[in-house]
Amino acid sequence: MTVPDELRYTQEHEWVAIDGAAATIGITDHAQQALGDVVFVSVPAPGTKVTAGEPCGEVESTKSVSDLYSPVDGEVTEVNGEVDENPGVVNADPYGSGWLFKVALAASGEMPSGLLSAADYEELTKET
Amino acid sequence: MTDPQPSQPRPTPLTAVHERLGAKLTGFAGWLMPLRYGSETAEHLAVRTAAGLFDLSHMGEITVAGPDAAAALDYALVGQPSALAPGRARYTMICAPDGGIIDDLIVYRLAAEDFLVVANASNTSAVYQALGERITGRDADVTDRTSDYALIAIQGPRAAAILAPLTSANLQQVRYYASYPTTVAGREILLARTGYTGEDGFELFSRPEDAEPLWDALTAAGAADGLIPAGLAARDTLRLEAAMPLYGNELGPDITPYDAGLGRVVKLDKPGDFVGREALARRAQAAPERVLVGLTGRSRRVPRHGYDVLSDGSRCGTVTSGAPSPTLGKPIAMAYVEAGVAETAGPDGGAGQFAFDIRGSAEPADLVQLPFYRRPA
Repeated sequence: MTVPDELRYTQEHEWVAIDGAAATIGITDHAQQALGDVVFVSVPAPGTKVTAGEPCGEVESTKSVSDLYSPVDGEVTEVNGEVDENPGVVNADPYGSGWLFKVALAASGEMPSGLLSAADYEELTKET
Repeated sequence: MTDPQPSQPRPTPLTAVHERLGAKLTGFAGWLMPLRYGSETAEHLAVRTAAGLFDLSHMGEITVAGPDAAAALDYALVGQPSALAPGRARYTMICAPDGGIIDDLIVYRLAAEDFLVVANASNTSAVYQALGERITGRDADVTDRTSDYALIAIQGPRAAAILAPLTSANLQQVRYYASYPTTVAGREILLARTGYTGEDGFELFSRPEDAEPLWDALTAAGAADGLIPAGLAARDTLRLEAAMPLYGNELGPDITPYDAGLGRVVKLDKPGDFVGREALARRAQAAPERVLVGLTGRSRRVPRHGYDVLSDGSRCGTVTSGAPSPTLGKPIAMAYVEAGVAETAGPDGGAGQFAFDIRGSAEPADLVQLPFYRRPA
């Protein structure tokens, strides 16, 4: 299982990459392994306001469906069209071409609170 | 007596092999089973196009043997095992006196006085107990031999070609639903042409200690043909596409074989009494209140077990099994719906009439003929 150091994580197994006022969000390697083959992801449309810790979409896999939680407050600016065409990319490259959506942070310049470091997330997934 | 639901799942003779292969293991009916080895979609498609290898050692094997074995099974089950020729097998059920299904089974007649009953893992102890009670007073012995058998299935269009060089059996003579004692890779097995995938294939009942060498021999023999190991996740989508019922989903104690569209397994015309006869004879005459149907989804959101089915916006039934179909590329489901709504749907599949209630939103669905998938002739 891969947990890149430069990312932040949620208890619900999303990752977020923060670059200034922009955040890119996806699900973790641990999540995609636990879910199995992802067949459909519904993500909030561009323009949608999202709130940290609130469900904003869902991930359908062969065996189950899971809510997708926003790790941050802000407004969706972009969604990954490739995931819509080929949801398997979430399994193949969860931290890269399998990203799900981008958000313009509500509080730009501030690091959002309540996120886990790579070390904390690794600890969390060890227990489960 | 062993605990029927031990808290620690019980390993199969092949658990070490699955671990070596990096399988994701899961507790299933008290057993530690491989859910998938890699991509369950790839495993599903391998079985449809080449072949897949399954560990089914969790299935229950119960033998019924003795001079009265055939007559005892005719009384205990809804089918007529006494009519089977030695070497043949039949899909059947064991029902409660009220006609509710205790389990669905495959009964193999191994010899005139020797039967093998294969039960679902979750129901093995219930089937064993019911058979014991029903056979009391007859000259036959019922034995739970689950621990004495490993069970490996090789399923898919390439299964026969992969197996042929490993066995002296003439596979062309092993017909569908036949069994044949033979050797594979030098190990004595009972070879059966049965399966739960909608494909041609074989099941190999072996001694537990022979399971790993058999698995390895089949893996090696099948590699060039595209054989890969396949887990329970693929097995479930394969059987759903083939519209094969699963106990706990389409079958259960509140469901009769007639509800499930499987009234043909009930042999009301067999001589003598059998458990459930009176209730099932009544049920055979009555108009069904609900019917098992197939539905496909138009959106990509997936109907799951327990979700409501809507007809013109009102609840008309419940999904029993649902999954994204790798072969069809869209969601499929089996569901029990009120008999009336299915009958009035008409030849257009009830276009615009049906929907799945997927977590509060109505997702359009079409009524289709079962099975969803039928293998090319």
